[in-house]
Amino acid sequence: MKKNVLFLQGNEACVEAALYAGLDFFAGYPITPSTEVAELLSYRLPRKGGKFIQMEDELSSMCAIIGASLTGKKTMTATSGPGFSLMQEALGFGVMTETPCVVLNVQRGGPSTGLPTSGSQGDIMQARWGTHGEHAIIALTASNNQDVFAMTVEAFNLSETFRSPVVLLLDEVVGHTREKLILPEPGEINVVERLKTSVPEGTDYHPYLPREDGRLPMSDFGHVHRYNVTGLAHDMWGFPSTNPEVVYELMRHLVDKIQGHTHEISMTKEFHVDEAEILLVSYGASARTALHVVEDRRQRGEKLGLLELQTLWPFPDEIVKKRCAAVECVIVVEMNMGQILHEVKRVSDNPEKVFLANRIDGSFIAPADILNILRIIQGKGA
Amino acid sequence: MAVKDYIRERFFPHLWCPGCGHGTIMGAMIRAIENLEIKKRNIVIVSGIGCSSRICGYLDFHTLHTIHGRALAFATGVKLSRPELTVLAPMGDGDAFSIGGNHLIHAARRNIDITAIIMNNSIYGMTGGQYSPSTGYGDFATTAPYGNIDRPFDVVELAMGAGATFVARTTTYHVTSMIKIIEKAIKHKGFSIVEVLSQCPTYYGRKNKFASAVEMLKYYKTHTTPIGSKDKKNNLELIERGIFVEEQLPEYCEEYDKVIQKASQRGRDGKA
Repeated sequence: MKKNVLFLQGNEACVEAALYAGLDFFAGYPITPSTEVAELLSYRLPRKGGKFIQMEDELSSMCAIIGASLTGKKTMTATSGPGFSLMQEALGFGVMTETPCVVLNVQRGGPSTGLPTSGSQGDIMQARWGTHGEHAIIALTASNNQDVFAMTVEAFNLSETFRSPVVLLLDEVVGHTREKLILPEPGEINVVERLKTSVPEGTDYHPYLPREDGRLPMSDFGHVHRYNVTGLAHDMWGFPSTNPEVVYELMRHLVDKIQGHTHEISMTKEFHVDEAEILLVSYGASARTALHVVEDRRQRGEKLGLLELQTLWPFPDEIVKKRCAAVECVIVVEMNMGQILHEVKRVSDNPEKVFLANRIDGSFIAPADILNILRIIQGKGA
Repeated sequence: MAVKDYIRERFFPHLWCPGCGHGTIMGAMIRAIENLEIKKRNIVIVSGIGCSSRICGYLDFHTLHTIHGRALAFATGVKLSRPELTVLAPMGDGDAFSIGGNHLIHAARRNIDITAIIMNNSIYGMTGGQYSPSTGYGDFATTAPYGNIDRPFDVVELAMGAGATFVARTTTYHVTSMIKIIEKAIKHKGFSIVEVLSQCPTYYGRKNKFASAVEMLKYYKTHTTPIGSKDKKNNLELIERGIFVEEQLPEYCEEYDKVIQKASQRGRDGKA
């Protein structure tokens, strides 16, 4: 069968994927460089009977998608740095109430208004710890259109599976790069639907009592089971509680349901890693440059490999540790001052052999930025 | 059904102080819903943060107790995704006019079919008695030890200015008319705002020389008057109560249904 091949932006690929994954409801607020997502969805969603709303700000956008998700819909918002900052409190509400939703952050230079039209990967730690309090979160990223599609579908799948907001961290470069997308056929990529309770009407439904496997079947607002959803620490009924035992169980559950499934959530791509002596670790737009350097240098006989991370949180400790152990040194390639570098050092047995090649000035990281570090490591001088 | 059939007795006693007006408002909401014969499973209550917002736990509907000021933003998500549900958003005055003021005016502007019930006790009660955007000029609060210099919002004028299609004010003293007003607000197709003056003897009363809840209720009796009454002409200090605005304008979810219709009539290229 002839493949449906499209030529479009990363932001548009993300929209195609969200619709493929079953997106029903989008709420958002215009912000560069994510605005195309809202524009396109305002056109596409009503065509399939879905709903689009432009809210008064990013705070309310995040709130609206949580409200809509509780009625049984697959929901999403899209933003960039300043908007992502504004969403943090409601993102934490999504974590605490275990409400599936997808938050797309097309990263731009920061802090503050920063560089609205330039790429950056400065929000990696914000995605992890931006909302207050101890918690776990899932964050995915992608470096090209085909992967943007796959990771967007995966973001929806993981949000449903783990009943958690999932942060999709793209960046301005990936979001605005126009390239090919082979549109997967329906059924080609697995789409996870919401797990709903089979508890019948008239029988007690405990919205926050995890099953043995840690999962919590949901009941939509408007269906037979009426229950309370709160951002306060709560018991199995969803009613506020300050009982230390109840709070402890809740906290453990919120963290363990994600951290305890890191191996299921961890997604990476490997390029020439088995025979590598020097390993580049990268993700998102930076991984495009890293891959170019690896392919180029291999042609000159240098043993370089690339480990591309697609899951950033929970951090894929085991995979990174294993790959770091097999090489002489590691270069982390990213567009910040070392947010993933520190994670790689944390899991590596030889943290003194982990180096950083980065760019923080709004320019897209170039092969030269990596080669400069490589030359020093290889003893060829600066 | 009896009132107790609408509450979650499992979670009682409630946390409201003795003499608090919020329970009276909860009772009126229940009676209004009972009178309208709306099924429990078709009602969603969305609240924010504060004393008022704890109402969510006690009511046996779908209840969503959210974050400070954002009740209407969550409610907008619920309502737009499931327009067949009846959505009520009980909020405090700090919730609705201060931290959530932006959401209030935009929900009003959109005319989305949500009933906002503002339980206005003119104080931040949950945090212990700080002045709110509806605390009167010269009133005392724990953060206004020399008297409040902020001018309060006139909630009714704010709502009307924002384009709300149903605007009403009542008090916890006028229970029977409160029930009727809430009934009308729920039935109203579009965004409705009901301000209920509710006594907080614990914080507002103590700081402002009201000896008890009874005195505060008496104040509501003697210092309010029906809209357009003769008394108001003679005493401009009186607070008017009743329904100020009740008009029909296109409702947001219905407008969006038209968008869906238009969109589905177009081909993939966007042309009709």
